[in-house]
Amino acid sequence: MIINHPLLGPRDAAEFTYLGDASLINRPDWQSETAAQDFYEYGYLRSNPAGIHRELWFHEAGDRSWLVVTRNTVTHEISNVEMARDVARTQGRSK
Amino acid sequence: MRYSGFQVIKEALTGHKGWKPVWRDPEPQSHYDIIIIGGGGHGLATAYYLAKEFGEKKIAVLEKGWIGGGNVGRNTTIIRSNYLLDGNEPFYEMSLKLWEGLEQDFNYNAMVSQRGILNLIHSDAQRDAFTRRGNAMMLNGADAEMLSTEQILDRYPFLNVNDARFPIKGGLAQHRGGTVRHDAVAWGYARGADMRGVDIIQNCEVTGFRLENGKCLGVETSRGFIGANKVGCAVAGSSSRLMSKADMQLPMESHVLQAFVSEGLKPVIPGVITFGAGHFYCSQSDKGGLVFGGDLDGYNSYAQRGNMPVVEDVCESGMALMPMLGRARLLRMWGGIMDMSMDGSPIIDKTHIDGLYFNGGWCYGGFKATPASGFCFAHLLSRDAPHPNATEFRFDRFSRGLMIDEKGMGNQPNLH
Repeated sequence: MIINHPLLGPRDAAEFTYLGDASLINRPDWQSETAAQDFYEYGYLRSNPAGIHRELWFHEAGDRSWLVVTRNTVTHEISNVEMARDVARTQGRSK
Repeated sequence: MRYSGFQVIKEALTGHKGWKPVWRDPEPQSHYDIIIIGGGGHGLATAYYLAKEFGEKKIAVLEKGWIGGGNVGRNTTIIRSNYLLDGNEPFYEMSLKLWEGLEQDFNYNAMVSQRGILNLIHSDAQRDAFTRRGNAMMLNGADAEMLSTEQILDRYPFLNVNDARFPIKGGLAQHRGGTVRHDAVAWGYARGADMRGVDIIQNCEVTGFRLENGKCLGVETSRGFIGANKVGCAVAGSSSRLMSKADMQLPMESHVLQAFVSEGLKPVIPGVITFGAGHFYCSQSDKGGLVFGGDLDGYNSYAQRGNMPVVEDVCESGMALMPMLGRARLLRMWGGIMDMSMDGSPIIDKTHIDGLYFNGGWCYGGFKATPASGFCFAHLLSRDAPHPNATEFRFDRFSRGLMIDEKGMGNQPNLH
């Protein structure tokens, strides 16, 4: 697979390590009343879809940036690549 | 028809005209006591033991394609019970014992071959870890033996014990481990179940569950609604996809694992060998092909094929371990979809929906578990209580902090 890095252009997927579902950006509030249940769901449950999947890849052998890759898990086709930083910022997660 | 030496001779003398199809192709009935979704190894074994050991009647196995066309037909056929943790080892030892009696039990030649499995050691720390594992195995009634480099060279003279980076310092052997003809496992269980009245319904895809007031009344399928008192799901890599139809999220990801077969060679590798410094395992099939595999590709996938970097990685590991591999040509390779759970261990449990039961999360170790998985799932379905050897394979172990994490990798499925 080739991942089209927003800053570096097309790179071999072997340069990256894979973390998982991009919902991992949405860490729950540890002070919430329901924190125990929220963190269980955050840490352990996955929607694991057959089809379009947004996921976190880390450019470990490159510029060490985190990316959100939108990929079809049935065909391995990549339709969109964003900087995870930008995704997190639009969700109010990062400064 | 029971198979016997007499039957083989009789058919040989009469032109082999008496062999019949070994299972029926029935139309689905409108209602069953128990429906098993998934006609793979685990589903067929479950149906077999339900009928044979638990006296259940009116059972159906629903399969969207053909039986044995999923992971039971695309694995590296290894059986073993060399696990460390208490939640796992008694279960896998039960499975190995069932393998040992399987062919007599279901009267089918599954070519169970206890040619032994050897896990190689490359460092002092690894020797400590494997010694501990061997002790845990023996405490649970399994066999284990630590071998020295000399003992290993005696049996496997082709191994590269003096590799500069990963010298072989010894190994943990389980002599009762080995390989099995994987397709024959599916066929043997299917035949045994069919003989006991189980309906094996192929080309019947489950498209949804009929749920009412927290109870499962049956399944919607591509061949119409089929009612059931109890529904058991055993669909491996498709688990998340199936259970999402009951609005369940599972603690697992689906990943692709590749396996490889070389051209056929004369007997050269006795037993199963695993490389301890990378992820590589190899055995030789009775047809002569070297069967080997390694790591997952590492990303969520439902495509039954992988990518080239892992092919290269697996072949590099193989070459480091046994340089002679470089003389063999790779004949074919394939990918299967693994139901990778969050702690690397399986789930055999009821769901929160009455009458709906789940068996999955086998990661890439499901084949060896087939008999015990079927037996324990049948126990759960028939008696509504977990089998004593499968009490820890629960859904709620993640929320309660009782993970069974053999490799200590945490909730990162692609590392298990």
